[in-house]
Amino acid sequence: MTTAPAQAGWRFRQPSVIPGFGLTLGFSLAYLTLIILIPLSGLLWRSAALGWPEFWAIATDRRTIKALEISFGTAFIAAAVNVVFGTLVAWVLVRYRFPGRRIVDAMVDLPFALPTAVAGIALTTLYAPNGWIGKLLMPLGIKVAYTPLGIVIALVFIGLPFVVRTVQPIMEEIDKEVEEAAATLGASRFQIITRILFPGLAPAIVTGFSLAFARGVGEYGSVIFIAGNLPYKSEIAPLLIVIRLEEYNYPAATAIAAIMLALSFVMLLVVNLAQTWSRKRYG
Amino acid sequence: MEVRVANVRKEFDRFPALHDVSLDIKSGELIALLGPSGSGKTTLLRLIAGLERPTRGKIFFGDEDASQRSIQERNVGFVFQHYALFRHMTVADNIGFGLKVRHGPSRPPAQEIRRRASELLDLVQLSGLEKRYPAQLSGGQRQRVALARAMAIEPKVLLLDEPFGALDAQVRRELRRWLREIHDATGHTTVFVTHDQEEALELADRVVVMSQGRIEQVGTADDIYDTPNSPFVYGFIGESSSLPVKVENGEIWLADRPIGLAAPHEPSGDATLFFRPHDVELLDGCSGCIAGTVAASRRVAGTRRVELEIGGERQRVEIELPVDHPAAQKSRVAFRPGRWKLFPTA
Repeated sequence: MTTAPAQAGWRFRQPSVIPGFGLTLGFSLAYLTLIILIPLSGLLWRSAALGWPEFWAIATDRRTIKALEISFGTAFIAAAVNVVFGTLVAWVLVRYRFPGRRIVDAMVDLPFALPTAVAGIALTTLYAPNGWIGKLLMPLGIKVAYTPLGIVIALVFIGLPFVVRTVQPIMEEIDKEVEEAAATLGASRFQIITRILFPGLAPAIVTGFSLAFARGVGEYGSVIFIAGNLPYKSEIAPLLIVIRLEEYNYPAATAIAAIMLALSFVMLLVVNLAQTWSRKRYG
Repeated sequence: MEVRVANVRKEFDRFPALHDVSLDIKSGELIALLGPSGSGKTTLLRLIAGLERPTRGKIFFGDEDASQRSIQERNVGFVFQHYALFRHMTVADNIGFGLKVRHGPSRPPAQEIRRRASELLDLVQLSGLEKRYPAQLSGGQRQRVALARAMAIEPKVLLLDEPFGALDAQVRRELRRWLREIHDATGHTTVFVTHDQEEALELADRVVVMSQGRIEQVGTADDIYDTPNSPFVYGFIGESSSLPVKVENGEIWLADRPIGLAAPHEPSGDATLFFRPHDVELLDGCSGCIAGTVAASRRVAGTRRVELEIGGERQRVEIELPVDHPAAQKSRVAFRPGRWKLFPTA
């Protein structure tokens, strides 16, 4: 019997009994190129045609900066809110058995399925100064609809399933014995949650946060109904892009889009690096 | 610390897992809870730990009624079969966890915790692995860390639930010997659960044999093996063979023939005869013996195990023969058990 000489150096294809590596990788690359890479590079190409001074002028325009601030700011707050309450919902669904649990579980997915415009209109109706909830908040001096707060609420609605659905499976995998071990060692319920459960869930929570955040930054349909869309106050960047398009100002639209793309890319990259780091540590 | 389990009953959803169990554990003793799955041994261990609450009955640590205390207050060290280490913490942090979660003056300073952790790592022979994460350790190493973690809180009792169950045979044997050494060095009252009788008999001062939610027998390895007090214990511990027999006038009859064993103190009636397959005397002729036809013969390590068909009732018993014994090839073999025990058929 002869053995093949050991090959030195880096090989990206490991010999494996599982067939189809070439086919599946080829398909994946072609698919990603068609669906993601070509449209995005088209975007960069168009905005590159703009020339640096013009690009800079659009990028530093006060309205653009305000819109980006609102988009990223509200998405961040909404994702943060979702992390807290989404984790709570996941906890309730995983830990307790109660009548109607399956219905609640199914309800979490509704924001995935509902047309976002419908969600926006429904939320606006509720939170408008004369709506059911808006009416109650008015005397307290809280205005929700047509303010950034309204945007946050729409984004909380849109982003909730992302957090719940990423945290839930990890939570289900938590070993009951680990909690019991902590209890026998003298840890109180609170200490078990903060020192044992939460660190274990952190990577999933970070993923959920980044998904909800990314979705929030790009959200358009539900936000435009509730935001009121006042420039400098409650105008989101995606809307500004649409406005520029309607003005046939394609360079400005692509420039704003390119800035959003770059910002999102950097943020998701940071989140991914954080995850790789924690996964390496905790295996 | 002495542990006393007094008339404890435990039900899960009305299904009784333990019926009225009582057990006294002496201070510093190493006790094994041995039984098949579903015998209630793990439930008993978890009740002592406080991970379950008894439906009825009490558990005392010394003179104190521990059933009134929460798990956190009981101060027991518990080691799980699958280690249950905190995987986001280093080995040193795992071991120090029980000290770090304490409040007020009972919590040692950080430096002291670190020192204790590395001391315990020395004890479990893992010095130098403080900074590793559990994922970077082998199964045997993880279980040692789990034990060090349990001992860090200076527990009143050390409880181990099938501690070596997930490890391979070689590591098991090694850790078994090593656990005995640690026990002798530290003197913790220790209770461990196992379904491996070899482990129980070899390691424990006393073995508690359990079956179907009851304690069948408590005793040393010698007691349990030489004088089993029930058919279950006889059958469960070591190899055994059994035959349905009849006692009449102080003599044991198999079907219509006496087998040459006197049982003057046994009441007449149906009974089951138990004996060890290796403890038999082979006979040539047969007046007063058990005789059977060889149905199967297997070589098992140093001996040959022969399955005999006895009489017309299709009863089969196993006996052991020396490898080169001619009887193994004969179609008919006669023998008489050396040590045996009768249990009346209920």
